[in-house]
Amino acid sequence: MALADALLELADDHLVLGHRVSEWCGHAPMLEEDLAMPNMALDLIGTARSLYSRAGELEGKGRDEDDLAYFRGERDYRNILLVERPNGDFAQTMLRQLYFAAFMEPYWTAALESPDEAVRGIAGKAVKEMAYHVRHAGEWVIRLGDGTEESARRMAEAVEELHPYTGELFDEGTGDAALPSRASMRDEWEATLKNIFAQALLDWPGEVVPMAGGRHGNHGEQLGHMLAEMQSLARAHPGVTW
Amino acid sequence: MAVAALDQRRAWEAAAAVPDPEVPCVTVADLGILRDVRIEDGAAVARVSPTYSGCPATLAIEMAIEVALREAGFEARIERVLSPAWTTDWISAEGREKLRDYGIAPPEGGRGKRALFGEESVTCPRCGSTHTERLSEFGSTACKAQYRCTACAEPFDYFKCI
Repeated sequence: MALADALLELADDHLVLGHRVSEWCGHAPMLEEDLAMPNMALDLIGTARSLYSRAGELEGKGRDEDDLAYFRGERDYRNILLVERPNGDFAQTMLRQLYFAAFMEPYWTAALESPDEAVRGIAGKAVKEMAYHVRHAGEWVIRLGDGTEESARRMAEAVEELHPYTGELFDEGTGDAALPSRASMRDEWEATLKNIFAQALLDWPGEVVPMAGGRHGNHGEQLGHMLAEMQSLARAHPGVTW
Repeated sequence: MAVAALDQRRAWEAAAAVPDPEVPCVTVADLGILRDVRIEDGAAVARVSPTYSGCPATLAIEMAIEVALREAGFEARIERVLSPAWTTDWISAEGREKLRDYGIAPPEGGRGKRALFGEESVTCPRCGSTHTERLSEFGSTACKAQYRCTACAEPFDYFKCI
Protein backbone atom coordinates (compact mmCIF):
# COMPACT_ATOMS: atom_id res chain seq x y z
CA MET A 1 0.00 0.00 0.00
CA ALA A 2 1.45 3.31 -1.12
CA LEU A 3 0.55 5.27 2.01
CA ALA A 4 2.30 2.74 4.24
CA ASP A 5 5.48 3.01 2.13
CA ALA A 6 5.32 6.80 2.01
CA LEU A 7 4.89 6.98 5.80
CA LEU A 8 7.82 4.62 6.24
CA GLU A 9 10.02 7.01 4.22
CA LEU A 10 8.94 9.91 6.42
CA ALA A 11 9.44 7.85 9.57
CA ASP A 12 12.96 6.85 8.50
CA ASP A 13 13.84 10.51 7.90
CA HIS A 14 12.71 11.39 11.41
CA LEU A 15 14.27 8.45 13.22
CA VAL A 16 17.66 8.76 11.51
CA LEU A 17 17.84 12.51 12.08
CA GLY A 18 16.57 12.08 15.64
CA HIS A 19 19.31 9.55 16.35
CA ARG A 20 21.95 11.82 14.83
CA VAL A 21 20.80 14.76 16.95
CA SER A 22 20.77 12.55 20.05
CA GLU A 23 24.48 11.86 19.48
CA TRP A 24 25.09 15.40 20.77
CA CYS A 25 23.70 14.51 24.20
CA GLY A 26 26.51 15.21 26.64
CA HIS A 27 28.71 16.73 23.91
CA ALA A 28 27.02 20.00 22.99
CA PRO A 29 29.11 23.19 23.24
CA MET A 30 27.16 24.63 26.18
CA LEU A 31 24.62 23.53 28.77
CA GLU A 32 21.63 25.17 27.06
CA GLU A 33 22.40 23.33 23.85
CA ASP A 34 22.97 20.12 25.75
CA LEU A 35 19.33 20.45 26.88
CA ALA A 36 18.11 21.57 23.48
CA MET A 37 19.63 18.75 21.43
CA PRO A 38 18.06 15.79 23.27
CA ASN A 39 14.74 17.65 23.40
CA MET A 40 14.75 18.09 19.64
CA ALA A 41 15.88 14.50 19.15
CA LEU A 42 12.89 13.42 21.26
CA ASP A 43 10.53 15.44 19.05
CA LEU A 44 11.88 13.73 15.96
CA ILE A 45 11.90 10.25 17.47
CA GLY A 46 8.40 10.78 18.88
CA THR A 47 7.13 11.72 15.42
CA ALA A 48 8.94 8.70 13.94
CA ARG A 49 7.21 6.39 16.44
CA SER A 50 3.76 7.63 15.47
CA LEU A 51 4.61 7.34 11.77
CA TYR A 52 5.97 3.80 12.14
CA SER A 53 2.90 2.73 14.09
CA ARG A 54 0.56 4.05 11.40
CA ALA A 55 2.70 2.58 8.61
CA GLY A 56 2.72 -0.83 10.34
CA GLU A 57 -1.04 -0.70 10.81
CA LEU A 58 -1.64 0.09 7.12
CA GLU A 59 0.88 -2.49 6.00
CA GLY A 60 -1.08 -5.16 7.87
CA LYS A 61 1.81 -7.56 8.41
CA GLY A 62 1.74 -7.21 12.17
CA ARG A 63 4.95 -5.16 12.36
CA ASP A 64 5.00 -2.57 15.12
CA GLU A 65 7.20 0.52 15.55
CA ASP A 66 10.04 -1.49 17.10
CA ASP A 67 10.05 -4.09 14.32
CA LEU A 68 10.24 -1.34 11.72
CA ALA A 69 12.95 0.65 13.51
CA TYR A 70 15.21 -2.17 14.72
CA PHE A 71 14.77 -5.09 12.36
CA ARG A 72 15.26 -3.57 8.95
CA GLY A 73 18.74 -3.37 7.44
CA GLU A 74 20.47 -0.44 5.83
CA ARG A 75 19.21 -1.21 2.31
CA ASP A 76 15.63 -1.28 3.61
CA TYR A 77 15.93 2.19 5.13
CA ARG A 78 14.35 4.83 2.88
CA ASN A 79 15.56 8.07 4.50
CA ILE A 80 17.09 10.81 2.39
CA LEU A 81 20.87 11.14 2.55
CA LEU A 82 20.78 14.57 4.20
CA VAL A 83 19.55 13.22 7.54
CA GLU A 84 22.15 10.47 7.80
CA ARG A 85 25.09 12.80 7.25
CA PRO A 86 27.44 12.65 10.23
CA ASN A 87 27.05 15.50 12.72
CA GLY A 88 30.36 17.14 11.81
CA ASP A 89 30.81 20.31 13.82
CA PHE A 90 28.00 22.32 15.40
CA ALA A 91 27.67 24.51 12.30
CA GLN A 92 27.03 21.47 10.16
CA THR A 93 24.50 20.01 12.59
CA MET A 94 22.57 23.28 12.81
CA LEU A 95 22.50 23.74 9.06
CA ARG A 96 21.27 20.18 8.52
CA GLN A 97 18.56 20.82 11.11
CA LEU A 98 17.53 24.03 9.40
CA TYR A 99 17.40 22.44 5.94
CA PHE A 100 15.18 19.66 7.27
CA ALA A 101 12.90 21.67 9.58
CA ALA A 102 12.33 24.43 7.02
CA PHE A 103 11.02 21.71 4.70
CA MET A 104 8.92 19.84 7.28
CA GLU A 105 7.14 22.90 8.66
CA PRO A 106 5.23 23.71 5.44
CA TYR A 107 4.92 19.99 4.71
CA TRP A 108 3.14 19.27 8.00
CA THR A 109 1.06 22.41 7.56
CA ALA A 110 -0.22 21.00 4.26
CA ALA A 111 -0.65 17.55 5.85
CA LEU A 112 -3.14 19.03 8.35
CA GLU A 113 -5.66 18.63 5.49
CA SER A 114 -4.86 14.95 4.89
CA PRO A 115 -7.85 12.61 4.52
CA ASP A 116 -6.04 10.18 6.87
CA GLU A 117 -6.96 10.99 10.47
CA ALA A 118 -3.74 9.58 11.93
CA VAL A 119 -1.68 11.71 9.54
CA ARG A 120 -3.64 14.81 10.58
CA GLY A 121 -2.96 14.02 14.23
CA ILE A 122 0.77 13.52 13.68
CA ALA A 123 0.96 16.68 11.56
CA GLY A 124 -0.88 18.71 14.19
CA LYS A 125 1.79 17.94 16.77
CA ALA A 126 4.80 18.01 14.48
CA VAL A 127 4.03 21.34 12.82
CA LYS A 128 4.35 23.20 16.11
CA GLU A 129 7.59 21.45 16.95
CA MET A 130 9.13 22.14 13.55
CA ALA A 131 8.33 25.83 13.99
CA TYR A 132 10.72 26.09 16.92
CA HIS A 133 13.28 23.77 15.33
CA VAL A 134 13.44 26.28 12.45
CA ARG A 135 13.76 29.15 14.90
CA HIS A 136 16.45 27.45 16.99
CA ALA A 137 18.58 26.28 14.05
CA GLY A 138 18.01 29.53 12.14
CA GLU A 139 19.30 31.58 15.05
CA TRP A 140 22.46 29.47 15.19
CA VAL A 141 23.06 29.68 11.46
CA ILE A 142 22.80 33.47 11.69
CA ARG A 143 24.95 33.68 14.84
CA LEU A 144 27.71 31.53 13.34
CA GLY A 145 27.50 32.87 9.78
CA ASP A 146 27.63 36.46 11.00
CA GLY A 147 30.05 35.67 13.82
CA THR A 148 33.80 35.41 14.01
CA GLU A 149 36.07 34.72 11.06
CA GLU A 150 36.36 31.13 12.27
CA SER A 151 32.62 30.55 12.75
CA ALA A 152 31.83 32.15 9.37
CA ARG A 153 34.37 29.88 7.68
CA ARG A 154 32.85 26.80 9.29
CA MET A 155 29.31 27.84 8.39
CA ALA A 156 30.33 28.39 4.76
CA GLU A 157 31.98 24.98 4.74
CA ALA A 158 28.81 23.43 6.13
CA VAL A 159 26.82 24.94 3.25
CA GLU A 160 29.30 23.55 0.73
CA GLU A 161 29.16 20.13 2.36
CA LEU A 162 25.39 19.80 2.83
CA HIS A 163 23.70 21.83 0.10
CA PRO A 164 24.07 19.07 -2.52
CA TYR A 165 21.89 16.84 -0.32
CA THR A 166 18.94 19.22 -0.20
CA GLY A 167 17.50 18.36 -3.64
CA GLU A 168 16.36 14.97 -2.35
CA LEU A 169 13.98 16.71 0.07
CA PHE A 170 11.76 17.51 -2.93
CA ASP A 171 11.78 14.06 -4.59
CA GLU A 172 8.27 12.69 -4.36
CA GLY A 173 9.46 9.18 -3.46
CA THR A 174 6.55 6.75 -3.14
CA GLY A 175 4.11 9.56 -2.52
CA ASP A 176 0.43 9.15 -1.81
CA ALA A 177 -2.73 11.16 -2.34
CA ALA A 178 -3.10 11.35 1.46
CA LEU A 179 0.18 13.27 1.74
CA PRO A 180 1.28 16.65 0.35
CA SER A 181 3.40 16.92 -2.77
CA ARG A 182 7.02 17.33 -1.69
CA ALA A 183 8.02 19.33 -4.76
CA SER A 184 5.43 21.99 -3.94
CA MET A 185 7.34 22.88 -0.75
CA ARG A 186 10.30 24.24 -2.68
CA ASP A 187 9.25 27.89 -2.88
CA GLU A 188 8.53 28.25 0.82
CA TRP A 189 11.68 26.33 1.77
CA GLU A 190 13.84 28.52 -0.45
CA ALA A 191 12.23 31.70 0.87
CA THR A 192 12.92 30.67 4.49
CA LEU A 193 16.49 29.63 3.72
CA LYS A 194 17.31 32.69 1.64
CA ASN A 195 15.97 34.99 4.36
CA ILE A 196 18.20 33.32 6.96
CA PHE A 197 21.22 33.08 4.65
CA ALA A 198 20.98 36.82 3.97
CA GLN A 199 21.02 37.57 7.70
CA ALA A 200 23.86 35.09 8.19
CA LEU A 201 25.89 36.78 5.40
CA LEU A 202 26.06 33.45 3.59
CA ASP A 203 26.03 33.18 -0.18
CA TRP A 204 23.17 31.20 -1.65
CA PRO A 205 24.83 28.35 -3.56
CA GLY A 206 24.44 28.22 -7.32
CA GLU A 207 23.82 24.97 -9.15
CA VAL A 208 25.22 22.01 -7.24
CA VAL A 209 25.63 18.38 -8.27
CA PRO A 210 22.74 16.73 -6.42
CA MET A 211 23.38 13.80 -4.11
CA ALA A 212 20.45 11.38 -3.81
CA GLY A 213 19.60 7.70 -3.56
CA GLY A 214 18.39 7.21 0.00
CA ARG A 215 14.78 6.73 -1.10
CA HIS A 216 15.95 3.69 -3.08
CA GLY A 217 18.01 2.29 -0.23
CA ASN A 218 21.35 3.52 -1.62
CA HIS A 219 23.02 5.06 1.41
CA GLY A 220 26.40 6.38 2.38
CA GLU A 221 28.56 4.09 4.48
CA GLN A 222 27.82 6.11 7.62
CA LEU A 223 24.21 4.92 7.88
CA GLY A 224 25.32 1.32 8.41
CA HIS A 225 27.52 2.34 11.33
CA MET A 226 24.72 4.36 12.84
CA LEU A 227 22.16 1.56 12.52
CA ALA A 228 24.61 -0.97 13.94
CA GLU A 229 24.84 1.08 17.11
CA MET A 230 21.15 1.94 17.23
CA GLN A 231 19.90 -1.60 16.58
CA SER A 232 22.42 -3.73 18.47
CA LEU A 233 20.55 -3.92 21.77
CA ALA A 234 17.20 -4.80 20.21
CA ARG A 235 18.84 -7.46 18.05
CA ALA A 236 20.88 -8.99 20.87
CA HIS A 237 17.77 -9.21 23.06
CA PRO A 238 14.74 -9.44 20.75
CA GLY A 239 11.56 -8.33 22.49
CA VAL A 240 13.42 -6.82 25.43
CA THR A 241 11.49 -4.29 27.52
CA TRP A 242 12.78 -1.91 30.15
CA MET B 1 -28.31 5.36 34.48
CA ALA B 2 -27.86 7.51 37.57
CA VAL B 3 -25.30 5.02 38.88
CA ALA B 4 -23.44 5.10 35.58
CA ALA B 5 -23.30 8.89 35.66
CA LEU B 6 -22.06 8.76 39.25
CA ASP B 7 -19.35 6.23 38.30
CA GLN B 8 -18.27 8.37 35.40
CA ARG B 9 -17.97 11.38 37.67
CA ARG B 10 -16.00 9.42 40.26
CA ALA B 11 -13.66 8.04 37.58
CA TRP B 12 -13.08 11.53 36.19
CA GLU B 13 -12.26 12.88 39.64
CA ALA B 14 -9.80 10.06 40.31
CA ALA B 15 -8.01 10.55 36.98
CA ALA B 16 -8.17 14.35 37.04
CA ALA B 17 -6.33 14.57 40.37
CA VAL B 18 -3.17 12.94 38.97
CA PRO B 19 -0.30 15.45 39.07
CA ASP B 20 2.04 16.01 36.16
CA PRO B 21 5.29 14.17 36.95
CA GLU B 22 7.51 17.02 35.70
CA VAL B 23 5.42 19.93 36.96
CA PRO B 24 3.70 18.47 40.02
CA CYS B 25 1.92 21.73 40.94
CA VAL B 26 -0.60 21.09 38.16
CA THR B 27 -2.81 18.10 37.44
CA VAL B 28 -3.41 16.36 34.14
CA ALA B 29 -6.83 18.02 34.10
CA ASP B 30 -5.33 21.50 34.66
CA LEU B 31 -3.01 20.93 31.71
CA GLY B 32 -5.86 19.76 29.51
CA ILE B 33 -4.09 16.53 28.56
CA LEU B 34 -6.82 14.41 30.16
CA ARG B 35 -9.49 14.74 27.46
CA ASP B 36 -12.28 12.68 29.03
CA VAL B 37 -13.06 9.58 31.05
CA ARG B 38 -15.94 7.33 30.04
CA ILE B 39 -17.34 4.10 31.40
CA GLU B 40 -17.40 1.49 28.63
CA ASP B 41 -18.47 -2.10 29.35
CA GLY B 42 -17.78 -1.60 33.03
CA ALA B 43 -14.26 -0.23 32.50
CA ALA B 44 -13.07 3.36 32.85
CA VAL B 45 -11.52 4.55 29.59
CA ALA B 46 -9.34 7.67 29.90
CA ARG B 47 -8.42 9.53 26.75
CA VAL B 48 -5.08 11.32 27.01
CA SER B 49 -3.31 13.71 24.61
CA PRO B 50 0.49 13.95 24.79
CA THR B 51 1.94 17.46 24.99
CA TYR B 52 4.91 16.91 22.67
CA SER B 53 5.58 14.04 20.22
CA GLY B 54 8.59 12.94 22.18
CA CYS B 55 7.53 13.90 25.69
CA PRO B 56 9.23 11.27 27.87
CA ALA B 57 6.59 11.78 30.55
CA THR B 58 3.75 10.56 28.33
CA LEU B 59 4.04 6.93 29.39
CA ALA B 60 4.50 7.84 33.07
CA ILE B 61 1.38 10.02 32.93
CA GLU B 62 -0.66 7.27 31.30
CA MET B 63 0.47 4.75 33.89
CA ALA B 64 -0.27 7.13 36.77
CA ILE B 65 -3.80 7.72 35.46
CA GLU B 66 -4.36 4.00 35.05
CA VAL B 67 -3.16 3.36 38.62
CA ALA B 68 -5.38 6.14 39.98
CA LEU B 69 -8.42 4.64 38.24
CA ARG B 70 -7.62 1.15 39.54
CA GLU B 71 -7.16 2.47 43.05
CA ALA B 72 -10.60 4.05 42.76
CA GLY B 73 -11.92 0.57 42.00
CA PHE B 74 -12.25 0.67 38.22
CA GLU B 75 -11.04 -1.59 35.52
CA ALA B 76 -9.00 0.94 33.54
CA ARG B 77 -7.84 1.51 29.99
CA ILE B 78 -5.92 4.40 28.43
CA GLU B 79 -6.44 5.66 24.89
CA ARG B 80 -3.82 7.99 23.44
CA VAL B 81 -5.38 10.72 21.31
CA LEU B 82 -3.21 12.59 18.80
CA SER B 83 -5.93 14.44 16.93
CA PRO B 84 -6.74 17.23 17.60
CA ALA B 85 -3.24 18.07 18.80
CA TRP B 86 -2.85 19.36 22.35
CA THR B 87 -2.28 23.07 22.60
CA THR B 88 -1.33 25.28 25.54
CA ASP B 89 -4.75 26.94 25.02
CA TRP B 90 -6.16 23.89 26.84
CA ILE B 91 -4.39 24.77 30.11
CA SER B 92 -7.14 25.97 32.45
CA ALA B 93 -7.18 29.41 34.08
CA GLU B 94 -6.66 27.66 37.42
CA GLY B 95 -3.73 25.72 35.96
CA ARG B 96 -2.14 28.98 34.77
CA GLU B 97 -2.43 30.45 38.27
CA LYS B 98 -0.85 27.34 39.80
CA LEU B 99 2.04 27.53 37.34
CA ARG B 100 2.65 31.17 38.19
CA ASP B 101 2.60 30.47 41.93
CA TYR B 102 5.10 27.66 41.31
CA GLY B 103 7.50 30.08 39.58
CA ILE B 104 6.79 29.04 35.99
CA ALA B 105 5.47 31.72 33.66
CA PRO B 106 2.33 30.31 31.99
CA PRO B 107 1.99 30.47 28.20
CA GLU B 108 0.77 33.84 27.03
CA GLY B 109 -1.61 34.72 24.26
CA GLY B 110 -3.23 32.35 21.82
CA ARG B 111 -1.34 29.85 19.77
CA GLY B 112 -0.52 30.77 16.24
CA LYS B 113 2.31 31.01 13.85
CA ARG B 114 4.73 33.61 15.07
CA ALA B 115 7.02 35.63 12.89
CA LEU B 116 10.23 33.66 12.39
CA PHE B 117 12.19 35.36 15.12
CA GLY B 118 9.38 37.23 16.83
CA GLU B 119 9.89 37.37 20.59
CA GLU B 120 6.98 36.65 22.85
CA SER B 121 6.38 39.15 25.59
CA VAL B 122 6.70 37.11 28.78
CA THR B 123 5.80 38.31 32.26
CA CYS B 124 8.12 37.45 35.16
CA PRO B 125 6.24 35.08 37.52
CA ARG B 126 8.00 36.60 40.55
CA CYS B 127 7.80 40.37 40.15
CA GLY B 128 5.35 40.77 37.27
CA SER B 129 7.73 42.80 35.13
CA THR B 130 7.57 42.37 31.36
CA HIS B 131 11.23 43.30 31.05
CA THR B 132 12.38 39.76 30.42
CA GLU B 133 14.70 38.10 27.94
CA ARG B 134 14.97 34.59 26.59
CA LEU B 135 18.11 32.70 27.57
CA SER B 136 17.39 29.44 25.84
CA GLU B 137 14.69 27.93 23.66
CA PHE B 138 14.67 24.89 25.96
CA GLY B 139 14.53 24.70 29.72
CA SER B 140 14.41 21.63 31.94
CA THR B 141 11.86 19.99 29.63
CA ALA B 142 10.86 20.38 25.97
CA CYS B 143 7.73 22.30 26.96
CA LYS B 144 9.62 25.06 28.75
CA ALA B 145 12.06 27.79 27.73
CA GLN B 146 14.49 29.60 29.99
CA TYR B 147 13.99 33.31 30.59
CA ARG B 148 15.56 35.94 32.80
CA CYS B 149 13.85 38.96 34.32
CA THR B 150 15.94 42.08 33.85
CA ALA B 151 13.94 43.90 36.57
CA CYS B 152 14.36 41.47 39.49
CA ALA B 153 17.29 39.57 37.91
CA GLU B 154 15.73 36.17 38.60
CA PRO B 155 15.89 33.40 35.97
CA PHE B 156 12.66 31.50 35.43
CA ASP B 157 11.04 28.82 33.29
CA TYR B 158 8.44 29.82 30.72
CA PHE B 159 5.85 27.29 29.63
CA LYS B 160 6.08 27.70 25.86
CA CYS B 161 3.02 28.55 23.88
CA ILE B 162 2.29 25.90 21.24
